[in-house]
Amino acid sequence: MFKKFQPSTDISGQTPVKSSVQRSIRSAILEQWKIEPETLEAVWPKKEGLVLVKCREHLSIYTVHGEPIFFQHFDGPIYPTLRLLHKYPYILPMVRVDRGAIRFLLAGAHMMCPGFTSKGGYLPPAEEGVAAGVPVAIYAEGKEHAVGVGITKLGTEEIKQVNKGVGVETVTYVGDDFWAIQSL
Amino acid sequence: MPAKKNRDKGDKSTTTTTEPTPVAIEPEGPPPPEPRPPVQVLYCGVCTFPVEYCEFGSSLTRCKEWLHEHDLEAYNKYYSEEALQAKIGTLSLEAQSKLEKDTAKKEAKAEAKADAALKKKMASQVTIKRIERNKRKHVTSVHGLEAFGIDLKKAAKQFASKFATGASVTKNPQGQEEIVVQGDVSDEILEMIEEEVGILKGIPADNVEIVEEKTKKN
Repeated sequence: MFKKFQPSTDISGQTPVKSSVQRSIRSAILEQWKIEPETLEAVWPKKEGLVLVKCREHLSIYTVHGEPIFFQHFDGPIYPTLRLLHKYPYILPMVRVDRGAIRFLLAGAHMMCPGFTSKGGYLPPAEEGVAAGVPVAIYAEGKEHAVGVGITKLGTEEIKQVNKGVGVETVTYVGDDFWAIQSL
Repeated sequence: MPAKKNRDKGDKSTTTTTEPTPVAIEPEGPPPPEPRPPVQVLYCGVCTFPVEYCEFGSSLTRCKEWLHEHDLEAYNKYYSEEALQAKIGTLSLEAQSKLEKDTAKKEAKAEAKADAALKKKMASQVTIKRIERNKRKHVTSVHGLEAFGIDLKKAAKQFASKFATGASVTKNPQGQEEIVVQGDVSDEILEMIEEEVGILKGIPADNVEIVEEKTKKN
């Protein structure tokens, strides 16, 4: 999504968000992420207005004090930015790819199932399985911090069974054009 | 006054999601919930990646140097002998050597690219053009500043405030952007570039030329 992203051409406008909309966004985040209200409050204080940065292809980035904190595509799930995820790594379910896949991930590729099911990979156990279409944090074998944010194309149990093709679509990753933007 | 109080209360109950209400969340836990402190991640000063991902970037040698200078502990954690051994992990030896080769190649490529960019930058010209508007009235257009990484909008603002005239970023007929300043200020702009005033930094004076353009009417 962010492999190519130029603020000068891709951003069409910035507007402050209405407080009623902010409220609904806040409750949506609390519902979708595993984050305590207090922690969210620390990231995005209630008094600080949220700014919506509209971009091409119905992509909306939300910033606080010019710093992007999360984004959304159409009305889809809300993703945290990678820098926010690094600070609060527990907010998204975690999946891990093996070492061989890191190279491709950092080139923007989607993550294939075998990368998760091989020895270096990790998928949550069956009882904590993640359904399809859920934002996940992508970790890498032997690394401490997340390397990307993705969305599951198959449920985690399905990934284990099918073991072929795209399992998680990469949304943003370390070193893409969105990573380079520290403030908007 | 009472009415207002009531409203406040009502507001709170509808937006309990954000209000730290210790009673509701932890009925028997005495300490009120505190926001969890963020994890501090050390980002590389060279490639901006978290330091453990430097090896996948295109400037590993420089990243290593940077880390060695800034955080010896972390350096030892990631680049000591054992760490390198452990890192290979599940990868086969063959794949590992291939990866290393790839990294070296990438690094060389990135370096060459940076070199070429620098060369291009050094070769590019800044043109200050004096354009006649009326017999004794001129505008000055400055072209080519963006090649030196200067924000044109900010530069225009700087010119405007310095000369107390209008200055704007406009597109010329070729579709390139240039700054148009009202009045004949070409010499002053040249001086500013030479003295590197404000944001006009990093332009070698040899790359700047002054051109005069007259209307062909007469």
